[in-house]
Amino acid sequence: MNAPRAPSTRLRLALVAPVLAILILVPAFASTYHTQLLTYGLTFAIAALGLNLLLGYTGLLSFGHSAYFGAGAYAVALLMRYLGVSSMELFLLGGIAFSALLAALFGIVCVRHTRIFFSILTLALSQVLWTLAYKFFWITGGTDGLRVPFSKLTLLGGLVTFPGADAFPRFINVYHSSVLAIFCVCVAVRWVIVISPLGKTLQAIRDNETRASFLGVRIWRYRWLAFVVSGMFTGLAGILWVPLNGLTTPDVLYWPQSGKFVFFAVLGGFRNFFGPVVGAVIFNYLEVYAVAATQYWQLTLGVILIVLVTFLPAGIVGSATRLVEWFKRRKGAPK
Amino acid sequence: MEIVALQVLNSLFYAAVLFLIAAGLSLIFGVMGIVNMAHGSFYALGAYVTAWSVAKAAGVMPPGALFVFLLLGALAVAVIGVVIEPTLIRPFYKRPEEYQLLVTYGLLLSLEDVIHLIWGGTPLTASTLVDYLGLFRIGGLPYPVYNVMMIGVGVAAAIGLWAFVYRTRFGVLLRATAQDRRMASALGIDVGRIYVQAFGLGCFMAGLAGAIVVPSQAAVLGMGVEVLVISFVVVVIGGLGSLEGALVGALIVSALRTITIHFWEEFELAALYLIAAIVLLIRPTGLFGKKT
Amino acid sequence: MTLLRTQDLCKRFGETRAVDGVNFTVNEGEFLSLVGTNGAGKTTLVNLISAFLLPDSGRIFIGDRDITFLSVDERIRAGIARSFQLVNLFDDLSVLDNVALAIFARERKTKRLFVLAERDTAVNREAFGLLEQFGLGDKSAIRAGGLAQGERKLLDVAVAYALRPKLLFLDEPTSGVSTRDKAQIMDTVSSVVRGGKITAVVIEHDMDVVFKYSDRVVVMHEGRFLADGPPEEIRRNRDVATYLLGTDVAQ
Repeated sequence: MNAPRAPSTRLRLALVAPVLAILILVPAFASTYHTQLLTYGLTFAIAALGLNLLLGYTGLLSFGHSAYFGAGAYAVALLMRYLGVSSMELFLLGGIAFSALLAALFGIVCVRHTRIFFSILTLALSQVLWTLAYKFFWITGGTDGLRVPFSKLTLLGGLVTFPGADAFPRFINVYHSSVLAIFCVCVAVRWVIVISPLGKTLQAIRDNETRASFLGVRIWRYRWLAFVVSGMFTGLAGILWVPLNGLTTPDVLYWPQSGKFVFFAVLGGFRNFFGPVVGAVIFNYLEVYAVAATQYWQLTLGVILIVLVTFLPAGIVGSATRLVEWFKRRKGAPK
Repeated sequence: MEIVALQVLNSLFYAAVLFLIAAGLSLIFGVMGIVNMAHGSFYALGAYVTAWSVAKAAGVMPPGALFVFLLLGALAVAVIGVVIEPTLIRPFYKRPEEYQLLVTYGLLLSLEDVIHLIWGGTPLTASTLVDYLGLFRIGGLPYPVYNVMMIGVGVAAAIGLWAFVYRTRFGVLLRATAQDRRMASALGIDVGRIYVQAFGLGCFMAGLAGAIVVPSQAAVLGMGVEVLVISFVVVVIGGLGSLEGALVGALIVSALRTITIHFWEEFELAALYLIAAIVLLIRPTGLFGKKT
Repeated sequence: MTLLRTQDLCKRFGETRAVDGVNFTVNEGEFLSLVGTNGAGKTTLVNLISAFLLPDSGRIFIGDRDITFLSVDERIRAGIARSFQLVNLFDDLSVLDNVALAIFARERKTKRLFVLAERDTAVNREAFGLLEQFGLGDKSAIRAGGLAQGERKLLDVAVAYALRPKLLFLDEPTSGVSTRDKAQIMDTVSSVVRGGKITAVVIEHDMDVVFKYSDRVVVMHEGRFLADGPPEEIRRNRDVATYLLGTDVAQ
């Protein structure tokens, strides 16, 4: 009794296994630059998984997820700068806790309202955070930001360190593997959520809020829960991103960053489990070339978003799935 | 004492600007049920168009005549709105809310960068208008006549809008369409035309707000989103879809902002949103809001 | 035993008194029909009892408990469930999931995480069994949005029924359905509901359906109760004939 229209488990494994294998092996055959680029893609994919729990499965569109991404990034930077922390494990713990707290607080304000007000409020609250990071420059470094040099980072409780001038390639290889492992865990957790009764309830709330409340479901509580979990995933992405970038600035909290996350989801297809992941990875590579081509990438993004929403609302993965189904039906074989 | 009077005047000036923006947003929402995420960008466009045309014409026209560009800036934005509504926005009324939000968000992303593309990164000013009207004195302190005049413009706009919506035939059509679209079209009202006109009017007001602010404050990149975030507080407190709400909300928010900037500048936006959050907890639809 | 009781319930919409001082009692085990012309106040009454609307004045009791100001989810927990005139389903979930969700909600299992929703066999077995009772067993895997209108109406009832309520309100379960399907739907609904010994209040327009299936008929007109009794008595009632059936029974 599977949910209808979902591809079978066997097909899914057949697609996932080789992709995973390639991802694991990338550091072996690709340059440091490309490995780093892919790792960036993976962090954005985690952020996309977070956002889409809210958008695709709970039906809430957040324009302010940069708040949690930035919270994660700044948590790392502040812990390193003011408490001298260097352990990745502690960064993960502290950063996720901070993102969760922030999401819990912001969530209380946002989730009790209609979807339109929700979206407006998420944008506004992330801007509030941005102004704080910007204005309290004596703490956050203002527009210069805070540095997070990889050479100070330790993994596995201090067992793995990256001293020395030529440690960078080694750092990237090791870091890539860690991020990939965390990414797989995130996918697994997200999958567990989606197929559980909790996941079904979220989807019911998305589909028909009235009916869900007439089943006795307290709508705003579930939305809040989804909001907090979503914030945690995106915060985790921020934590993983900042050692790669070496630096965090208020830009990471500024509203176009939230726009990117939304773009991942729409590009890949937000009614889809892997859609936003695919969208994030594709965008990651597109951005490198787009930024090189024009300084008006925001305009490009905006126009593409409008085009996508008008002509390809199911996104890349969603449209591909529909195409596959259409072919299956044409073949006529009863499945 | 004079300083307080100055602060009050500043607050009223900013309230006039906020009222125009919030009223435009509420009008569009009330009639068509959509929130235009790019509304702040229209405000920015109004500011940039006005500043640019004032600068261009400053050598050629007498300074007094430059005031016409305030109106021109607003009209330019209205024209853009009238073009955008039937092409970009109307196809989305029947679609789920997410898509409406996404398309106006795409517009927001685009317009902010278009402004950058056309006018570059340096701020544009139109301070010649302020200089032309000169200063008057409150107690011993100088204060721009321009600001007071613009408060007058805000009041006139509030009265004019109220009269327009509640006393004209077009206003009746507008309100009928807002209340029940199907009923309105069954009565023979051309709903499409009402939508375009309402949207155009809303954009006009946003553009006018930008136009009247730019002689006093330079047009900078990012001003659109910055004002959007503050006008959200206005509609949260005043209620979305209501003109009285826009007026009251604008007055309250502007006063609060003046106070918080005075005492703790860095916390300005955070304080505004803290208050907005409290209002939301007590009255989720705002003081005068319609239930969406 | 009285299951539901309203006391002077009132609801006004502007000038109109949609529900005007209604004292409504429903006894346990009844299968009653609530009828009246359009705008008589039937749906408003049900909306008031199921917390879709708040009354202007008056009270509502379930047993001894005053539920007038309880929220939707609290009333569901007090034992009220309803279906909707305009079918209200989770279109993108499967037919089975729609019912299973109601069962999860009933069992307070909706927050559970480490259980595969599809593998909770107890819930799925019950959901499937229920679907069979309603004649939808073979459609369990289909997306709810893909069902025919009559089937959607049945599913709507099934979802409300799955909550095992004490009192089930059905808002025009046969509206928008062809005459042939009407009988089939009412047969199914009536047999399942009576078989489950659940008290039901059905809003209906089709008087043939009403007279055939109900134990008791309550007639509303302009916000008030016009008549209340077994079908034969209502059929003979002159006021009912005039207001409702539009016939002059003066002969």
